[in-house]
Amino acid sequence: MIRGAVAKAGALRARRRPPFLLVGAAVTAVALVCLPLAYLVLRVAEGGSDAWSVLGRHRILELVGNTAVLVVAVTCAALVVGVPLAWLVARTDLPGHRFWAVAAALPLVIPSYVAALVLLAAFGPRGFLQQVLERPFGIERVPEIYGLGGAVLALTISTYPYVYLLVVAALRELDPALEEASRGLGRSRAQTFRLVTLPVLRPSLGAGALLVALYTLSDFGAVSLMQYSSLTRAIFLQYRSLFDRTPAGILSLVLVVLTLVVLLLEAYWRGRARYHRPSPGAARAGQRVRLGRWRWPALAFCGGVVGFALLLPLAVIGYWLERSVALERGLGDVWGAALNSVVASGLAAGAAVAAALPVALLAVRYPAGWSRALERLSYSSNALPGIVIALSLVFFAANYAGFAYQTLALLVFAYVVRFFPQAVAGAHSALLRVDPRLEEAARGLGKTPPRAFASVTAPLVAPGLLAGAALVFLSTMKELPATLLLAPIGFETLATQVWTATTVASYSKAAFPALLLVLFSAPFVYLLTLRRRPEVDAPG
Amino acid sequence: MPGRVLVAAAAALLLGTAAACAGDDADDGASAAGGGNGGGTVVVYSGREEELIGPLLEQFEDESGIDVEVRYGDSAELAATLAEEGENSPADVFFAQDPGALGAVEGQGLLGKLPDELLERVEERFRDPDGHWVGTSGRARVLAYNTELVAADELPESVFDLTEPAWKGKLGISPTNGSFQAFVTVMRLIQGDEVTREWLEGILANEPKIYDGNVPIVEATAAGEVEAGLVNHYYLYVVQEEQPDAPIENHFFPGDDPGALVSVAGVGVLDGAEHPAEAEALVDFLLSEDGQRFYAEAAAEAEFPLLEGVEPREGLPELEELQGPEIELDRLGPELERTLQLLNEVGFTT
Repeated sequence: MIRGAVAKAGALRARRRPPFLLVGAAVTAVALVCLPLAYLVLRVAEGGSDAWSVLGRHRILELVGNTAVLVVAVTCAALVVGVPLAWLVARTDLPGHRFWAVAAALPLVIPSYVAALVLLAAFGPRGFLQQVLERPFGIERVPEIYGLGGAVLALTISTYPYVYLLVVAALRELDPALEEASRGLGRSRAQTFRLVTLPVLRPSLGAGALLVALYTLSDFGAVSLMQYSSLTRAIFLQYRSLFDRTPAGILSLVLVVLTLVVLLLEAYWRGRARYHRPSPGAARAGQRVRLGRWRWPALAFCGGVVGFALLLPLAVIGYWLERSVALERGLGDVWGAALNSVVASGLAAGAAVAAALPVALLAVRYPAGWSRALERLSYSSNALPGIVIALSLVFFAANYAGFAYQTLALLVFAYVVRFFPQAVAGAHSALLRVDPRLEEAARGLGKTPPRAFASVTAPLVAPGLLAGAALVFLSTMKELPATLLLAPIGFETLATQVWTATTVASYSKAAFPALLLVLFSAPFVYLLTLRRRPEVDAPG
Repeated sequence: MPGRVLVAAAAALLLGTAAACAGDDADDGASAAGGGNGGGTVVVYSGREEELIGPLLEQFEDESGIDVEVRYGDSAELAATLAEEGENSPADVFFAQDPGALGAVEGQGLLGKLPDELLERVEERFRDPDGHWVGTSGRARVLAYNTELVAADELPESVFDLTEPAWKGKLGISPTNGSFQAFVTVMRLIQGDEVTREWLEGILANEPKIYDGNVPIVEATAAGEVEAGLVNHYYLYVVQEEQPDAPIENHFFPGDDPGALVSVAGVGVLDGAEHPAEAEALVDFLLSEDGQRFYAEAAAEAEFPLLEGVEPREGLPELEELQGPEIELDRLGPELERTLQLLNEVGFTT
């Protein structure tokens, strides 16, 4: 029923011309987001042909293979962790679900290199675990954490919230009538989940998995600390050692090609199904599933995930704090940095959602090859390492927009460029679930298109938009490379303070800003993941 | 409905921050436009860590009345940034970790020539032969070792001894680290590619533990994860700052062993600097007795002062004693590509 063929109305709609303003806004947004691609082409074009030998020196196929293995493993792990967590939090009577709802999203603010440092401190060859085991059991070796295993672990911790947040948003908007009908027809709860709920979640699952995959492609911190040889690590080492930007550019283009493959896979998987309600539907929240005695394993699962992804890092950070030898030397302006972080991240979240909405709207409401391609294009630079994106904006801004260079406005713009797809993902999967006929009905009743959108569609997509905003906010809180190169001089954030301290192994000094990073993000996550009941006047 | 109120509150917060930021932005614009008068300003791009070098720059601010604006980052990334900015760079001074980063910026034609009076304060081997950058402090390659696991008489005479079976599984290295790569380059230039290849193969056969940089190696040495590691000398003090009781010590290789390479961190002034006088004043300070004594006295910053007559911190050998290999530092940059190739061929990831 849900995945039926494209309705006739949809086909007619596709042929209608989208408003010029909408197209203009979407094209502008995507063009700006693609600046890093333009920069790469420029850099590679100016380099000589012998620069391409970098592909041979790096055994490029091996790198691509390693990277693909990592991406597949992290994406699967993030789905396995994120989806059940989202279902438990959003749809069951899990004790303390409000608490879990926030706690489960928070690991997103822990920079992946901090996650890796924490894992090494806990499970490294001479980490806490080994030392705890050594005295009673004489264990001198714990299983190797370096390599693929450690990298997957660290990256799963930092990325499963992408899946979790988007799926929670989808589950909260889900029309309970669908599941009730299925149950009424005699299907078991498990069958209902598989045959009804899961298909409706497909866009959110796809979008979440996509964000996980792209983040994993772009990550440098975890793979380098875990000594896993991926494409992005090679790109970084290229910048770090050779001071030649062309080979790094070439490797980055390989990364873009990999990104396109991931995008195609996701588009293929998502298909052309229709996800919105065929009728006005029930404007109410679904019943929470009673877990009964299953609530103990459910709690254990949530506790395990949150314990591993949030409490373990906090515990290690706490240990660093307690060891705080360096604290006597003063902490610097942590509160100022916290304010800067929150302000810049809030602005980035707002700006990203505003810029993403036209792109998603165009792709969902006027589905055509070009509008979908435009939306996909906005994802294409997302897998680039932050340093590539930062350098591209350094190049364009310093040389062609000197007035804006190293201002807060440019920094926020850089954040939007980096995290744009997260906002698009939120907006897209939310819009997909709204029947355009609702808005059309409102227009039929005499409302102008913007007012119809504001009064009918906006309330329905708000949870998805807020989920996108939450993703951008949390990602920006921990952003480093663009902040270092593009912020106004002296503009410190919590993430730069953590970095400043960890570069000289001053973990005790890193601990306080790292703790604040989590604490300051929590209330925002709470606000953004709040349950919001759709309140729609039934049209007609 | 409480949900609605909270969402509205969130929206208001975002709008509020937006307004606050717009205000911030205007302030920034004003101060940028108003800069350059009064006591003057100098804009520094620093690849040297804020934790280590911040107090030194503050000292300059206090003494000169010149306002120092610093952008901290990784040396190589800042070098790339300077290259992207080209002539539109707001930077006056580039303060880098290593000659490679300075050489890269010089190679783009972005560094101006420094006055001879400043250059001549340090030994010839510690500055650019063309006078575009000058070393401000020295850093020696050493073998950091765990004093509980390695006795002083077991320490190797030469870096070449580390390929012996006694060191199997006990050594930490970081082949992706610039200082390690510089050291391998020096070995190549002195001993030739074949000897270097044999040494690298011998090290690899000895199953070294690979780390992501100097700090992780010294930490692993302190923890006993490895018994010793090839690093720069000052990381010992960096780690001891956090773990004062760590059982670690530096072993300086004697003579002209390639393992005893002395390199520098240094500065250059941008050719198009907006504040050339202030920039020169800063370089002058960094090479003054005051500026150089900082390295002997600062808590965690234990590099070698390069100005003659300024003693290094207690416990460090005199710079002259550390002969190190005879090598011009500016040769290392152009030779790096071949070193990376060799490391890759042998089986190290770079």
